[in-house]
Amino acid sequence: MPSKDKKQWLRDTLEPSVKKFPERREKFQTDSGLNIDPLYSPEDLQAQGLDYDKDLGYPGEYPYTRGVQPNTYRGRVWTMRQYSGYGSAAETNERFRYLLEQGQTGLSIAFDLPTQIGYDSDHLLAKGEVGKVGVPICSLVDMETLFEGIPMDKVSTSMTINATASLLLCFYIAAARKQGVSQDQISGTVQNDILKEYIARGTYAYPPRPSMRLVVDVFKYCAENVPRWNTISISGYHMREAGATAVQELAFTFANAIAYVQQALDAGLDIDDFGPRLSFFFVAQNNLFEEVAKFRAARRMWARIMKERFGAKDPRSMMLRFHTQTAGVSLTAQQPDNNLIRCTIQALSAILGGSQSLHVNSRDEALALPSEDSVQLSLRTQQILAFESGVSDVVDPLGGSYYIESLTNELEAKALDYIKRIDDLGGSVEAIEQGFQVREIGDAAYKHGQEVESGDRTIVGVNRFTTEEPPIEGLLRVDEEAALIQIERLAKLRKDRDDGKVKAALKELERVARTEENTVPAILECVENYCTLGEICQIFRGVFGEHQGAFTF
Amino acid sequence: MQDNDRPIRVLVAKPGLDGHDRGAKVIARALRDAGMEVIYTGIRQSPQMITQAAAQEDVDVIGMSILSGAHLEILPEIMGLLRDQGMDDVIVVVGGIIPEVDRQPLKDMGISEVFGPGTTTGSIVEYIQETVKNRARD
Repeated sequence: MPSKDKKQWLRDTLEPSVKKFPERREKFQTDSGLNIDPLYSPEDLQAQGLDYDKDLGYPGEYPYTRGVQPNTYRGRVWTMRQYSGYGSAAETNERFRYLLEQGQTGLSIAFDLPTQIGYDSDHLLAKGEVGKVGVPICSLVDMETLFEGIPMDKVSTSMTINATASLLLCFYIAAARKQGVSQDQISGTVQNDILKEYIARGTYAYPPRPSMRLVVDVFKYCAENVPRWNTISISGYHMREAGATAVQELAFTFANAIAYVQQALDAGLDIDDFGPRLSFFFVAQNNLFEEVAKFRAARRMWARIMKERFGAKDPRSMMLRFHTQTAGVSLTAQQPDNNLIRCTIQALSAILGGSQSLHVNSRDEALALPSEDSVQLSLRTQQILAFESGVSDVVDPLGGSYYIESLTNELEAKALDYIKRIDDLGGSVEAIEQGFQVREIGDAAYKHGQEVESGDRTIVGVNRFTTEEPPIEGLLRVDEEAALIQIERLAKLRKDRDDGKVKAALKELERVARTEENTVPAILECVENYCTLGEICQIFRGVFGEHQGAFTF
Repeated sequence: MQDNDRPIRVLVAKPGLDGHDRGAKVIARALRDAGMEVIYTGIRQSPQMITQAAAQEDVDVIGMSILSGAHLEILPEIMGLLRDQGMDDVIVVVGGIIPEVDRQPLKDMGISEVFGPGTTTGSIVEYIQETVKNRARD
């Protein structure tokens, strides 16, 4: 007799079988610690109260669970956007041109740490860091070099830049002007997500509250002047890399998003003026199904937050658009070729989850910046997924899977619980000031580490199936000369520019910083008069103060 | 330095501008769980700040984590400062993203051990306990 429901099946069919042949583990869990049943059925969705029209709907329609575009990748596949930058502006320009020749469809700039934190390449604290994890951009001259021969009206550019986001946007606008491209023609994204820097990534400069003002200054300026620019990319990626679970990634990202929206509303902006330009950035980790469910849950959560919490009217304000990157933290130094397979599985989850844009990591990145060959393989991974695998031919292919829908519901519910806790603390900024997210992520990271060490969590080539092997060859090493050349370029710039104009522009910036006026036009004026990044940030440091990190672990 | 009734004291530090502190914090916790007294500096520490903290806290060990590739510029400066301050007896270990070819040069400048990706916290605890014990015997 066939079982009449799941309960009966578990009892009469599954249990006797498991008694004879025990399961591999006592309990199965996702990366977020959600318990996984052996099987999902329509009854699970019924128990969760899933309503197709209310909770899923059709793609391109509220609540956008199945996708924000009606046909997702059938019109155009996702943007293949490999994050890159190192050495100098000239060297990175070469890598950009190479990537565009290889069929990449958007650019993504990695800046070095001094640029991200607001120090010029010749600053004492920049020693050893110039050009290491990205390209140094100290002035308009560097940005012009970076885009030499790349038409800035044709290419869309994403910039991973936060504390100094408005500056780099101004460098970009000014460099485009030099090419004869006006600010309403350029398109791209600045990450501009300072809150997660305090939680995880660490490239903050000023304290949270004045930094929030700088974020919203960009929203305002772009709403009026740079209509095709994504003014923020609210990022779960780095918090997840720091150890957060998928649930925490969703919760902390949206709690931050809520703080930005509230800040903008408080500054007098209309939700539908800036809402459509908010974008997001998530990781694609190893647990394929949990990740797909996470992306779907994210779309539904954002739509509801914008409509129900903030009263947005324009559907575009409710549509979650996001970039995805595979998980750097999952890459292993051991048996590095295995990373290709990890990246492929992760990239697949991003696509099955309906990502708008994707970066696939490279096999050698547990040890260095990726070599040109490795980056090409990453791009080829994307192209094979897009054009050979068939996964891009249908919208939301896993929608309706009992398991996926069930996970989507559970992730959403758990993340909403967390957001409630942050609301109760007074919102994301207050929670950050109390160290809440840092503690939660630290606990999750430690638990993960213990699981790997105890062997409870398998990492192939690290704690199981290990081999002795020679060290990987052909790693990219940033040429030390590059930093010296950069410092010389900077010295030349300081000598050649009009000092009177520099001083006047910086003085005006300081005045504006002390008022509530938008800082972006004053920054742009500084940039066009060849003030350097470090000089501009020094003004802000003087007015806003400097953020001190925490010592807790 | 180390006498028998005092727990091993370790300064866990993040030199340079690199903000990736997941590894440093996990190791700090593991060392604490193993009974050591751990002081974590937080991120963005200059060589002077690190050696000063090490002196003030009278540590037996400094553990540093660098993932930005700046190790060959930053670490010699720290080792030089330790020497200048007569703190050669402090055991220095580093971890992070350090290419194989850089390991020997780092050891040549007095760094006791370089822990690569995939090292277990258990083996780091063991290494520190052994090395501190051996040094106390010298």
